[in-house]
Amino acid sequence: MSKPIIATTSLAGCFGCHMSILDIDDRILQLIELVEFNKSPIDDIKTFTKQCDIGIIEGGCCNSENVHVLKEFRKNCKILISLGECAIMGGLPAMRNGIPVKECLEEAYWGGPTVGLNTEKIMPNDPELPMILDKVYPCHEIVKIDYYLPGCAPRADLIWAAVVALVTGDELNIPYELVKFD
Amino acid sequence: MSETVKFTIDGKECIGKKGQYIVDAAAENGVYIPVLCHMKDVIPAGSCRVCTVKANGRNMAACTSPVEEGMSIENNTAELLDIRKAIVEMLFVEGNHFCPACEKSGNCDLQALGYKYQMMVPRFPYVFERRNIDATTPKIFLERNRCIFCKRCVRMIKDAEGRSIFAFKGRGETLEINIDHKLAANMTDEMAQLAMDICPVGAILRKEVGFNEAIGTRKYDKKVIGSDIENNHQ
Repeated sequence: MSKPIIATTSLAGCFGCHMSILDIDDRILQLIELVEFNKSPIDDIKTFTKQCDIGIIEGGCCNSENVHVLKEFRKNCKILISLGECAIMGGLPAMRNGIPVKECLEEAYWGGPTVGLNTEKIMPNDPELPMILDKVYPCHEIVKIDYYLPGCAPRADLIWAAVVALVTGDELNIPYELVKFD
Repeated sequence: MSETVKFTIDGKECIGKKGQYIVDAAAENGVYIPVLCHMKDVIPAGSCRVCTVKANGRNMAACTSPVEEGMSIENNTAELLDIRKAIVEMLFVEGNHFCPACEKSGNCDLQALGYKYQMMVPRFPYVFERRNIDATTPKIFLERNRCIFCKRCVRMIKDAEGRSIFAFKGRGETLEINIDHKLAANMTDEMAQLAMDICPVGAILRKEVGFNEAIGTRKYDKKVIGSDIENNHQ
């Protein structure tokens, strides 16, 4: 039987959750025995080359590109996992939610203390740039998400236990210390 | 000596004092019922409802209902645990609870209940309402994004003449916690610390002392909320 295939991505996140994946230390050698990686920053495969079993999503959706990538993941993965606070509830990027986008952009590009050189009051508007959304959305408000692993970042032991349980079909018993929101 | 009453919680025989609230009587018998707004020996508010139990077949707030002779109380049933988890989830989506950026994280009762009930994601959509912060008093920040309207500070934090330093303003959607700036100007460090400690979330924070406890050493990092009550009676 071929190995289960995993894809991962970081949307509106800080890559901390991916750092936490690497934090499984030498168990990464066991992981490679257990699974194969497809599209992921870990192996630098940029586009899906085959259907995957598990998609791990870091970060919520703050722009149109995030939504596009998340929908691609839903199409190409049987199971999607929201990894970390940003994927689950928007996280720190969602601190702008409740403040109108116009107000946020004006503060960032016109009003902030470090933008004194922007005397022409230019707002980034290149058509190549993804459109910013009205607010940052948790992933499960865009597509169906199957599992959630909270934490900022989620503990490496939690990620390891969850992925192994999913791949082997064993029951997942999570110790109290591993589920944290910070 | 006050009259005693006998009652049961999930079949366990318990003894309490007449007129004692269920939540306090339960604690004396080693049974933990979660609370966010209740404080022992303070007039109850019954506002958070996370202590909901089934007493003689009816759902009641354990912090406002006194024990009665022969009362049969259900506490740890699947139905009640789901109701409590739903309340915790509702509080999480209603406010702006960014745990990773909160100074109270690790010492927060609301978060600890999220851990206890293994809340992986709230079942309700997030509201993301805009709320303002009041940082104008010398000793504390009032972080309204996290306020769950338990009224603990209003009932508990008073000056030497018995005047409340905190108060509610507005009703319904416009309800918000406020601080009396004149009274707050005379707050001592001890009072500010007490206000921060009784706040079940991170809505009241002392200035200049944030993030002074290492992750792993905070109140609920390793210990489940309520375990001290349960362990005292084993």
